[in-house]
Amino acid sequence: MAALKLRINGKEISADVDPNTPLLWVLRDTLGLTGTKFGCGMALCGACTVHADGNPIRACSTPVSGVIGQSITTIEGLAKGEKLHPLQEAWIEHDVPQCGYCQAGQIMSAAALLARTPQPSDSDIDAAMSGNICRCGTYQRIRAAIHSAAGKLSKGKPA
Amino acid sequence: MNARNRDPISADEYLREIICEMERDDAPRSDISNRTSLDRRGFLKLTGLAGGGLVLAFCTGMPRDAAAAAGANSFVPNAFIKIGKDGSILIYNKGPEIGQGIKTAFPLIIAEELDAKWSDVIVEQAPVDPAVYGNQSAGGSRSIPSSWDQLRKAGAVARAMLVSAAAATWNVTAAECTTRDSQVLNGKRKLGYGALAARAAALPVPDAATISLKKRSEYRLLGKSYTGVENRKVVTGKPLFGIDQTLPGMKFAIYEKCPAVGGKVRTANLDEVKKLPGVRDAFVIEGNGKSTEIMPGVAIVADSTWAAFEARKKLRIDWDESTASKDSWSALVGVAAELSKQAAGDTTTLAKGATADALKAAAKVVESFYTYQFVSHSPLEPQNCTAWSHDGIVEFWAPTQTADRALATVAGALGMPVEKIKINQTRVGGGFGRRLMNDYVCEAGAIAQRWAGPVKLVWTREQDMTQDFFRPGGFHSLAGGLDASGKLVAWRNHFITFSTDATNPVSGGNLPATEFPAQNLANYQLTQTMLPLKTPCGPWRAPRSCSVAWVIQSFLHEMSVAAGRDHRDFLLEVMGEPRLLEGGLNTGRAADVIKLACEKAGWGRKLPEGHGLGLAFHFSHAGHIAEVAEVSVDKDKKVRLHRVVVAGDIGPIVNMSGANNQCEGAVIDGFSTMLGLEITMENGRVEQSNFHQYPILRMPNHPKVEVHFIQSDNPPTGVGEPALPPVAPAICNAIHAACGHRVRTLPLTKEGFSV
Repeated sequence: MAALKLRINGKEISADVDPNTPLLWVLRDTLGLTGTKFGCGMALCGACTVHADGNPIRACSTPVSGVIGQSITTIEGLAKGEKLHPLQEAWIEHDVPQCGYCQAGQIMSAAALLARTPQPSDSDIDAAMSGNICRCGTYQRIRAAIHSAAGKLSKGKPA
Repeated sequence: MNARNRDPISADEYLREIICEMERDDAPRSDISNRTSLDRRGFLKLTGLAGGGLVLAFCTGMPRDAAAAAGANSFVPNAFIKIGKDGSILIYNKGPEIGQGIKTAFPLIIAEELDAKWSDVIVEQAPVDPAVYGNQSAGGSRSIPSSWDQLRKAGAVARAMLVSAAAATWNVTAAECTTRDSQVLNGKRKLGYGALAARAAALPVPDAATISLKKRSEYRLLGKSYTGVENRKVVTGKPLFGIDQTLPGMKFAIYEKCPAVGGKVRTANLDEVKKLPGVRDAFVIEGNGKSTEIMPGVAIVADSTWAAFEARKKLRIDWDESTASKDSWSALVGVAAELSKQAAGDTTTLAKGATADALKAAAKVVESFYTYQFVSHSPLEPQNCTAWSHDGIVEFWAPTQTADRALATVAGALGMPVEKIKINQTRVGGGFGRRLMNDYVCEAGAIAQRWAGPVKLVWTREQDMTQDFFRPGGFHSLAGGLDASGKLVAWRNHFITFSTDATNPVSGGNLPATEFPAQNLANYQLTQTMLPLKTPCGPWRAPRSCSVAWVIQSFLHEMSVAAGRDHRDFLLEVMGEPRLLEGGLNTGRAADVIKLACEKAGWGRKLPEGHGLGLAFHFSHAGHIAEVAEVSVDKDKKVRLHRVVVAGDIGPIVNMSGANNQCEGAVIDGFSTMLGLEITMENGRVEQSNFHQYPILRMPNHPKVEVHFIQSDNPPTGVGEPALPPVAPAICNAIHAACGHRVRTLPLTKEGFSV
């Protein structure tokens, strides 16, 4: 056990955990941030996707010691206060979720995509989202919501 | 069902009961609206609402503010509705939200009859109390039909009382008042429901039988599209799911069972495990030998899920496997292939007409042998449950599809009176039938009986995938006869399935005498042989239909191809004149959705080289669904599923967005499963453990799904399941149209196809 200094959703947090513990379990069990989900434990399903310095990573397979010094964003930190991220708004507008379990990971992967590729093509979406399983099969709506959020983001910014 | 008053039942018997219950087209077990006065008192007593709004804290752990803000003058006509004087309308959702959208659909049904403005409505989860709420399960797509009248009456009774309150205020008759958008209207006068709450609360509750319900043409809310009531919470990562439950001082547990079902613990290195970092305790649980409750195993309680998972890796258990499963899928496939050479099986399910003679006399006979695979449910939220033994009770936070049934099951398994079991319903991260069983709830309870304090049991993905109640595989040896005009005149099926008790087929492995096209043909013979099995089987999205529809609708296409006829015409001919068949299939409604799917898909149009259209229909869960798939197949047998058109008749639609979403999901689930998913067993052990060996369909391969409904005044049904069965045969029929290859083994990858 060691007191590790982490930066999560803009806050400096000290967590007394084994440095080998996957980030997922530090978030969920130690810090109570349960929005990041456990799905497979092998980086196969994407339910645990968070951002480390803006990059999408699988928290279930990333030791917490590996993200020290990086800025971690989880689904709980994606909105700016009450103002939702355009993807979160689009997810609601398109009524994307069924069971909803995978959607935090889906949104985090999509947010990382839009940060790099503000106007993604269908093949950009295929490439960025293929690490995220939706067992309920909401892919069509996820795709539509990403396009819709991208459209709104581009209208918000002058070319 | 009360587990304490009867002998223990086998897992298969338990599952048969669940399926019977799901398929029964019945009224709720206790119709709340027919005994409203009693319910109202009972509800107030139960929830403590009369004392100032304890209900929310009791049932969901939500802050009490919302209830308290409504004040003492709130109007609570029954256990479903609470209207505050501020105009807030709280509607309790009684059923489990498993991704089928019930937490939005149920309140919509109530709000429609209440004539509430949807934006005024707040939805909360109801306490688990079947005595008050009736059925609180989700399965068999029965949520909507089994609760439709109950919920409509709950809303209508409340509306009538608000109208009476307004009429008395204005000194007019109730007949002179109308309602709209949470208001009672009389001429130009308006009173909001909030303003009427105190007065309505003082009125006697009328008999629901005297209250008239709306006609479909009068609906203002139903049939439109609504986003899920919890979507904002879902997309912001709020702790909704079973696995998200957190209690002060809570510990984390794993439970390890024998990889071959039925194995018992001989010894385990408990002393060593207890010394591992973060481990608080480790102990053997003998269980009661029922796979639906508690099988023998070892529990580890630790400070974190990770500590428990790590300790599990060091756990060494010596299993007594003398009575454990030795099932081998490869061996079973071999036995079935031999048996398939026999025209008839051990028992006859139905012998109608003179099938053997008709086949002899037929102008053309087609024979085929179909094989489909075992599959797992693999919901993305692994099985889990939080339990806490305190104050003489055991309290649960359970992501279950059958919260009501769980009460008795858990009480029986733990040897406790049912009134000492309390279950809180959480959102469920995918059901698909897996969580009709409450084995993980029983396990959490057994651990909580040994641990002082709250404890959360979480299964690993590997445990979830290998210790499922699988959709059984199966085999069908078929012969069909055509007359000289190309009409289907005879059908013979030797169905080879599995049994754990040598008497009944496993759950989801049955084929009844009423299954299509038995009632549509003069000569039909269905026989059955059962192979012994120990692997637990259970209901999987559209049980039985999810596998047999592929066989029946594929073989029908083989027959129409052999007859050289258009498949749409052939299928409509087999349906015959519009009539209601035993089991609920209405051939007229079937014909209508077949025609609609074909029309929307452009059936008969010229297609690019390598493309094909495939049509299939299946009736299940009271839903009539036809689908047309468009695929292309290249020379390397790479398949692209471009588009699937779904045409359905499920009666009136509650939430159009929700219904469409269920159909879109069913198509993708159906494609995913028929394409590349397979569970195999050797030496009693499941060989697939995680998603690298069980490749669920991903974003790049989803088709475009288009959904069309024929809305009717037929009784409503749910649509979580019936859109799935036609997917696989529509795709396989399209593959045949595209490249001439007939798929007779699933998954598709077995025949060399890929995406």
